[in-house]
Amino acid sequence: MNVTLVVCRGTPGDAPREERWTVPFEPGQSVLDALRWIRSHRDATLAIRYSCTNANTCKECMVRIDGKTAYACTARLHEGTMRIEPLPNKRLVRDLVTEIAPPNERLSGV
Amino acid sequence: MPVDTVHLSTDVLVIGSGGAGMYAAIEAARRGRRVILVDRSLIGRGGATVMAQMTVAVGLEEGGLDHPEHHYVDTLAAGRGLCDPAIARLLCEEGPARIREMDAWGVGWAREDGAYKRAFAPGHDRPRCVYVDFLNTGPAVSKTLRVQLNRIPEIRRVGDLLVTALALRAGDCVGAVGLHLSSGRTVSIAAGATVVATGGLTRMYHRNSASANMMGDGYALALAAGAELIDMEFVQFFPIGHLAPRLVGMDPIMWDPFRYKLGGRLLNGQREEFIDRYGSKDEGRYIVTRDVATFAIVKEVEAGRGSPHGGAYLSFEHCSEAELRAAGGPVIDRLAANGIDLTRQAIEVAPIAHYHMGGVRVDASMATRVPGLFAAGEAVGGANGANRLSGNAITEALVFGCAAGASAAAQAEAGATRADASAFRGETDRLREGNAAPDFNPAAMVEQLQATMQDDVGPFRTAASLERALARLGALRAELSSRKPQTGRPYDGALADWHDLHTMTRVGECVAAAALARTESRGAHQREDHPGLDDAWRVNQLLTLERGSLRIERHATPQ
Repeated sequence: MNVTLVVCRGTPGDAPREERWTVPFEPGQSVLDALRWIRSHRDATLAIRYSCTNANTCKECMVRIDGKTAYACTARLHEGTMRIEPLPNKRLVRDLVTEIAPPNERLSGV
Repeated sequence: MPVDTVHLSTDVLVIGSGGAGMYAAIEAARRGRRVILVDRSLIGRGGATVMAQMTVAVGLEEGGLDHPEHHYVDTLAAGRGLCDPAIARLLCEEGPARIREMDAWGVGWAREDGAYKRAFAPGHDRPRCVYVDFLNTGPAVSKTLRVQLNRIPEIRRVGDLLVTALALRAGDCVGAVGLHLSSGRTVSIAAGATVVATGGLTRMYHRNSASANMMGDGYALALAAGAELIDMEFVQFFPIGHLAPRLVGMDPIMWDPFRYKLGGRLLNGQREEFIDRYGSKDEGRYIVTRDVATFAIVKEVEAGRGSPHGGAYLSFEHCSEAELRAAGGPVIDRLAANGIDLTRQAIEVAPIAHYHMGGVRVDASMATRVPGLFAAGEAVGGANGANRLSGNAITEALVFGCAAGASAAAQAEAGATRADASAFRGETDRLREGNAAPDFNPAAMVEQLQATMQDDVGPFRTAASLERALARLGALRAELSSRKPQTGRPYDGALADWHDLHTMTRVGECVAAAALARTESRGAHQREDHPGLDDAWRVNQLLTLERGSLRIERHATPQ
């Protein structure tokens, strides 16, 4: 099976751009699986934040998927097109990475 | 467009914010020191602690049921003769105080009639493991420590900071240099004492049970700074990690918690019990140790008797829905959301990289041989010898974190930081070097490295597989050297991968070289070309870096 991911990319100040990738998958796989596949097979510069990969304990991979806020590691892939965007209410860092750390856990002055 | 380095200064620097790092920071602050706690991800959310599902081993004397001495005896037996008795003893003797303190902080250890519930885990002589239901030990421990951290203003927390080198002055560790991932800035931190609490190396394996941010960072940092590594050949594979069907949002389940409570049956692809063919027993009870179970499953698969995805079946089909619900609580619903009904289907399990017994060599105060440098938690080698007893990892995180925090505080008090710009310049310059747009995919190289480690430096090794791995790791390292991406872009995953590969090729070399040298089979290190224990090998191997080359030395295990 294949899914087409439309991913919103860019850094603050850039005009946001959309990139599309066709990703093969097996039933049961997650959106994060597809984003990791893109990094190792198509474009390693795609920025996505995660630590635990698939356990949903680190809570770092939250993004917008088809307009809804979700964890990329728990959202399942489906055939057709899926649109992935960074969280709209957090400061954009790059691509799908936003500033989600509490303010007192950041490197201040940067 | 390199921008200036951000300079920070503190009494105690702690690198890594899993259980050991958070505890070390708390302890150093308790002793009046200013602390900076850094992590390459968010504070207190990555690493291995948060992934722990159940058991925490501790010799609690309550009810006359146990004693640290019994825990110590079992820890040494599991270590197959290679534990460092001083740090194994520290783990067991200080465990109860740390576990009771966590209880007072509200972690929520499971209780029955007011008493701690204690699970019986393989390798222990009695029920010894406290836990937080259901599969929630790690998240509860992490959250409890985060709450304590947040109450201490002397601890400054900085996430998204990947430390790439320790700073040295006249052979002493005086801080560290790193890359702030979300801004792309270089950062130097001057510190009176530094604690490496970066966990183990499981990300180096294709299938693993910890977070993607654990790949031996602390080993590489300490080795490059002049510290010794010990027991690097001993990587523990957890025999019954989840294999299939695919789970999301709860993968990988380590199926222990269900086995402790319900037993369960481990079956090969032909649905036969098979552990008895490998010198142990299963019989629906969970008594087989991790090394034997891993061996048995791998050998069944090799003999063509594996489950469809290349593992074994674990069946709870004989259990009632009520029994499963009592054992698994809300986990049963999360399994159902993944289409799994344990009353009707066996799941598939397989060995999965879980823990690293080896690590930075320290004494019982957690001091390395480099003045000013300490280690804590899984980053420490020696406590668990050739094989770790189940439940010792969270205990050692807390106990070693406490000891390292206390020692670092004392060190920082004795000598204020002696760092100057020269201690940092070499590394900040190196970080800024690079090509604007190198034409390669470091994320793909990470996958190649993981496959090499899994296939050739896994639970079963031969001289041929280890030599193949060393050649492959060397080739990957050579490929890296000319292709470093330039620093300066925010959240540059390719640059982080490049640094991680630099670390992983070095640490992989340590594991493979130590495994090649050890021509016997012991605990988690199984040489197919050298089966069986050899008494002459009741020694530890120490690794050091001399003029850029790895040196391995045998060292009699202290008795």
